[in-house]
Amino acid sequence: MPRVVFTQQLARFTEAPEIDADAATLAQALEAAFAANPRLRGYVLDDQSHLRRHVAVFVDGRRLRVRENLDVPLAPASTVHVFQSLSGG
Amino acid sequence: MSDRAWVATRKGLFELRRAHDRWRIGGASFLGDPVTAVLPPDPAAPARPMIAALNLGHFGVKVHVSENRGETWQEAATPVYPPQPPDAGADLEWKLQQVWTLAGKGDDVWAGTLPGGLFRSRDAGQSWQLNEALWNDPRRREWMGGGYDAPGLHSIVLDPRDDDPSHQRMLVGVSTGGVWASEDGGASWALFGEGLRAEYMPPERAYDPIAQDVHRLAACASQPDAVWCQHHNGIFRSTDGGRTWHEIRDVPVSSFGFAVTADPNDPRRAWFAPAVADVRRVPVAAAFAVLRTDDGGHSFAVLREGLPQSHCYDLVYRHCLDVGSDGRTLMMGSTTGSLWASTDGGAHWQTISTSLPPIAAVVLERG
Repeated sequence: MPRVVFTQQLARFTEAPEIDADAATLAQALEAAFAANPRLRGYVLDDQSHLRRHVAVFVDGRRLRVRENLDVPLAPASTVHVFQSLSGG
Repeated sequence: MSDRAWVATRKGLFELRRAHDRWRIGGASFLGDPVTAVLPPDPAAPARPMIAALNLGHFGVKVHVSENRGETWQEAATPVYPPQPPDAGADLEWKLQQVWTLAGKGDDVWAGTLPGGLFRSRDAGQSWQLNEALWNDPRRREWMGGGYDAPGLHSIVLDPRDDDPSHQRMLVGVSTGGVWASEDGGASWALFGEGLRAEYMPPERAYDPIAQDVHRLAACASQPDAVWCQHHNGIFRSTDGGRTWHEIRDVPVSSFGFAVTADPNDPRRAWFAPAVADVRRVPVAAAFAVLRTDDGGHSFAVLREGLPQSHCYDLVYRHCLDVGSDGRTLMMGSTTGSLWASTDGGAHWQTISTSLPPIAAVVLERG
């Protein structure tokens, strides 16, 4: 199962534990995390359900370049890191 | 007049308390996080909590409420725009960027935002509704960026004479997009602003009401038809609730600035915080002055006592000058983190701090 890891900077604002998500895509993996904590959605995605401008997502160490279409395939052993960008601070 | 004030800054929300005519900084909420707007408790609306809007650099806009005057906070709902229709035009900004102002009357709370949406909450921030009548007005496409790249709704003036929310008269100011008015609680809108003049437009559009870069609107609470406008290139006054305006000429120091606050009792009195010009946003001669008119703009007093008079580069932004319900207590904060207060209508100022974070909003609690 893919693993999703959130920056612990988020813990200042809302719960964001690591989860193992039964997901075939990044969008599904994020949805699994949001199901566990609905408030988390607004911290990662904006009101148009796009990845926030200053949030960085890495899939297996590669930074995601798109922000609008999150149907990025994940492998069962994939790890997703949701970090804050260096910009936006 | 309350002895409490709130200062929203780039790095937190600060509580100010007054004792024996001296203001002192009390506690800080959200230390380190940008706070863009605050709605303090209101004795006229005891059921309504205090509300603060944050703009987290990475994680977006958040709204928090406090039932105990800022001692503890709970996150509430964030205003959200509906999904952008495919035919809306890709050039139209359609995402919440910032809550720029909050206004409250009774249990109603209004939020003005970048990129220009007006939101209303009837449950103290637990849910928000976009005002679609204004958002979907086709004339909104003419709005432009002003203070920021996207247009922003920064002033919400609710007429205190109206008790029925469905007949609430209100004005909103947009930078850049003029003065809009509703007489039915936001169900429908008219574009006001006859007489406002835009120097930055081609001559044939100088008086186009939608092209007006309103920096701030402020109305006299006891006579709300008297409205002041600090505009991008001048100071204007209306005596008919914002429908028509006349330009105040021969303003000393400078007629450029962002902030205006209106005396709650005297419709002829208002305060301004001038700077050189849009291209040089510093005090004239690096010496800070506040302007006060007591006669509807016919003349101005230039008030400097207690304010820095050399090498001062502070700018007072549009939500950073406020007068209390007594008409004498003033507080003013700058983008370089200076905070000043006056107890005598601006004749004398005390320095509260010169080292706060950049100040986004200053609000004196109503007594």
